Amino acid sequence: MKKLCLIFISILFLNQSAFAVVKIDITRGNLEPLPTAISKFYVDNPSKFSPELKALELDKKISEVISNNLKRSGLFSIIDPKSYIQSPRIAHAKPTFQDWALIKAQIMISGKLVIDEKKRLRVEFRLWDVVNAKEMEGLALFATPNSWRRIAHIISDKIYERMTGELGYFDTRIIYVAESGPKDQRIKKLAIMDQDGANNKYLTLGNELVLTPRFNPASQMVTYMSYFKNLPRVYLLNIETGMQELVGDFPGMTFAPRFSPDGKKIIMSFAKDGNSDIYTMDLENRIVERISNHPSIDTSPSYSPDGKYITFNSDRSGYQQIYVMSKNGKNVKRISFGNGLYGTPVWSPRGDLIAFTKLHKGKFYIGVMRTDGTGERLLTENFYQEAPSWSPNGRVLIFYRETKTNTKGEGFSAKLWSIDLTGYNEKMVETETDASDPSWSSLLSN
Amino acid sequence: MYKSVSLSVFLHLAFVLLTVLTLPFVKKEPITAQQLIAIDIIQISEKTQLPFAPKAREIIEKIKKEKKKKRVVTKQAPPKIIPKEKPDSIPLPDQLKLKKKKEEKKKKKNQKKKKKLNKKNSKFEKKKLFYPNKIAALIDKSKEETADIQKKQTLEITQNQDSSVTLNKGITLSQQDAIKAQIYKCWNIPLGLPFDQNLLVRIKLRLKKDGSISSSEVLDHKRMNQPGQGYYKVLAESALRAIKLCDPLNMPTTGYDKWKDLQLNFDAKEMLRG
Repeated sequence: MKKLCLIFISILFLNQSAFAVVKIDITRGNLEPLPTAISKFYVDNPSKFSPELKALELDKKISEVISNNLKRSGLFSIIDPKSYIQSPRIAHAKPTFQDWALIKAQIMISGKLVIDEKKRLRVEFRLWDVVNAKEMEGLALFATPNSWRRIAHIISDKIYERMTGELGYFDTRIIYVAESGPKDQRIKKLAIMDQDGANNKYLTLGNELVLTPRFNPASQMVTYMSYFKNLPRVYLLNIETGMQELVGDFPGMTFAPRFSPDGKKIIMSFAKDGNSDIYTMDLENRIVERISNHPSIDTSPSYSPDGKYITFNSDRSGYQQIYVMSKNGKNVKRISFGNGLYGTPVWSPRGDLIAFTKLHKGKFYIGVMRTDGTGERLLTENFYQEAPSWSPNGRVLIFYRETKTNTKGEGFSAKLWSIDLTGYNEKMVETETDASDPSWSSLLSN
Repeated sequence: MYKSVSLSVFLHLAFVLLTVLTLPFVKKEPITAQQLIAIDIIQISEKTQLPFAPKAREIIEKIKKEKKKKRVVTKQAPPKIIPKEKPDSIPLPDQLKLKKKKEEKKKKKNQKKKKKLNKKNSKFEKKKLFYPNKIAALIDKSKEETADIQKKQTLEITQNQDSSVTLNKGITLSQQDAIKAQIYKCWNIPLGLPFDQNLLVRIKLRLKKDGSISSSEVLDHKRMNQPGQGYYKVLAESALRAIKLCDPLNMPTTGYDKWKDLQLNFDAKEMLRG
């Protein structure tokens, strides 16, 4: 009884004491990118660096790659290195935070390069909270000097992760179709590059027409479509080994398959007996299974990241719209209800959104909606653009955009663009040639 | 024995319930009432009242004077018609009678000629001609009345503002707004955060008299280092940076006891949703 009374009395008093504090809700703030300083990485033991290595200027380049990555994400603004007061060595060992606060930096990144006894490159970096004068993150990475770019990307990912709370997307690659030549005689090659456009490589020679390459989310495997004797054929390509494998001929196919989240199945749409439906194929035993069975045209399927649902296109309502169904083809539900035509739905790797292309009044939009169809947001509008592909963290979309030709048929170009979910950070991805049909890989380091 | 124990338990419970239900300090005041309703009104009052109150009175008085002046003018205007009749009628009643008789005769003649039209005309004429003074007076009265109402209203508003400026919460809402405005400028919202998660960072501050921060503490500190709470940690760290950047806060010179302890609730949901 006494205990009960005590509890009640203490509750009363606690209640009272809580009222003594004035509570203020802070619901607004700056939406500016975070002011960031990247102190140049420095070489700790230059005597161990061979002249060739020195010529590479890795210290400078690694800082630059990190700087570019963070800047492109739209979440960080990099303060001009000319305004840095402290030397890189001091900044990395024990920075004087006032010097960095003076140039309004809120976070600072420092690092050093060492060649160890095994002639490996050791890159160390630290992330500093300038405002609260403390270290937030510190890591050392080992690699051969040749893979310095990947180290820079991994460091960028670590910083991104620490500052946003979600995985980065810098240590990734993008596969796309490199296009050249006049519009009626386009040469289309399969090409791959780092997410920032570096390390561009062509994977096919260009004597066959290639279309819609797609990454396996679980490995460095790619599927793409190619025309052989005017029949669409689907291939699997291992990027690491260069091994190529024929999956089969699929007449009536317009898009290459996509992988299931575990990479064991592919899901695709093709026409059989004059009716386009959705099928899956088990890659081990090559058994094809019919998923949707409807007289309308069902195309462009994409799995949810948990593998339980499939989103696809269908014209069963009379116009092309986006639908979601269970993995066995049941519980079909239409989710897009806006004006215009909806196509190429792609489920975000984070699972919360579906990206799509929308055609309305002669204009193409790339947009996202929640998986139940609510919260539709159009991120970008243009003359012609399509085929969005998600970054592995579900924050950025890459797609391609074609420009209008003039009356003489000149001025045509196709380029890759990226846009983040805010819709403000739209950037062109530089490629050597014209480019289309991009597909983003998962993180290489995972 | 049991009876007495159960009775005492029952009575104790009843007592506690009574206190919980009746005592005002136990009741949590609805948050919305405190914030949403009061803020707007008070912001204006705080800004307008102090510099404007004396001026406003002057202006109101000026307007009143002007109105009075205008009334004099308006009074002068209508009498132009009246004196012609009244001075004639009042000093010389005989003449009035004569006039009336003449008029009646005229009217009778007119009525004979144009019965329908004249009836209407005469009624209107009567109204117009015979009561202009009263109408003017009525208008004046209405003016006075509206002026009174305006006066009352302004008084009521100022009284309202006065009473609501100092709530029993501690510091005034406009002072809270001033603090908010300072923190808004310092806070870089982490743009990558999802807007659909319940992320609220509560930070308790202890301030010195000059507004500088002597201590700051995240109330759910444990949550920061739990796995899967990456977003929360990011938000909490950004909030801590904001507080540090805003140090020292520009605080009112009086009422230190009321604002020495503050709790800031950081919530970026609305901003991130766009």
